[in-house]
Amino acid sequence: MSDSPIALHDHGPELRHHFSTAAQQRDAASLGMWLFLATEIMFFGGMFCAYLIYRMNYFNEFVAGSRSLDIWLGTVNTIVLICSSLTVALSVRAAQMGKRKLVVILLILTIIFGLAFLGVKGIEWYDKYKEHHIPGASFDASDLIRDYPQIHIDPAHEQIYFSLYFAMTGLHALHMIIGVGIFTFLTYHAWKGLYTPEYNTPIEIGGLYWHFVDIVWIYLFPLLYLIDRKPLG
Amino acid sequence: MSEHIMSSKMYYGIWIALMVLTVVTARVAFIDLGPFNTIVALVIATCKALLVILFFMHVKYTSEKLTKMVIISSIFWLLILLVLSLADYGTRALGHG
Repeated sequence: MSDSPIALHDHGPELRHHFSTAAQQRDAASLGMWLFLATEIMFFGGMFCAYLIYRMNYFNEFVAGSRSLDIWLGTVNTIVLICSSLTVALSVRAAQMGKRKLVVILLILTIIFGLAFLGVKGIEWYDKYKEHHIPGASFDASDLIRDYPQIHIDPAHEQIYFSLYFAMTGLHALHMIIGVGIFTFLTYHAWKGLYTPEYNTPIEIGGLYWHFVDIVWIYLFPLLYLIDRKPLG
Repeated sequence: MSEHIMSSKMYYGIWIALMVLTVVTARVAFIDLGPFNTIVALVIATCKALLVILFFMHVKYTSEKLTKMVIISSIFWLLILLVLSLADYGTRALGHG
């Protein structure tokens, strides 16, 4: 018994042997996630940069495209994501306090909010499909040219706005889908009771990812939907 | 770092602030502020992002300096990308870029 390596450890199996303390392990995991998020910031940053340059050059087309989006659905989706961030934050707290059932409920609520966001996004994309606003051979901006006679709209430049709209919201939606997958996995483990007040790093780390995706939307919403909503002079 | 458990009141407070800011930014967009519409929208978005980062992502309570350094560095890199690119394209003649 005494020569068993297990006897050397005075901690639970959740602490990997290459870490000295649970706090060190948690900080290392959090740092690793933040490093990943730094690469994600640059990933989305490239798209935001392209957006800013084209918005500068083709402002009229960006205004018309932005006004054609449903601001009501966009606001609802922002609120849905903020609610999902709250349930994530509360689930981390519940895990820190060892409330297993509450963790599972909050994680499931997060997944439901995430799916609701994707559903609303799907409705918006379908509307754009019906309006022939998807860039490509069947793209048609004549409705925008008719609706906004005050400003000059070049259909080719209008396609650039919608290309960026679909690329940016599409990349964001892909992150949401991955997030829903991660949270399904976390829910399963939480339900099995893997997370305790001593060990809940996966929920904290998954939460960091979810909050990051929320922040991307916090910027996408004003940049895509609110470019210029005031009455056109 | 010892884990800091925030009170649930705090979380709900941040949530309400985020909701209010969302409604404010959507309403203000319809008021003509000239060039300030974009600035107001971006300032509100940055306030919301800061609330999420500091409280929901627990950055305010982390004692790990490396984490804070990674966050500040990544924002700095992003600013290099955006500012230098815009300094180039912004000073070219339109349509000849």
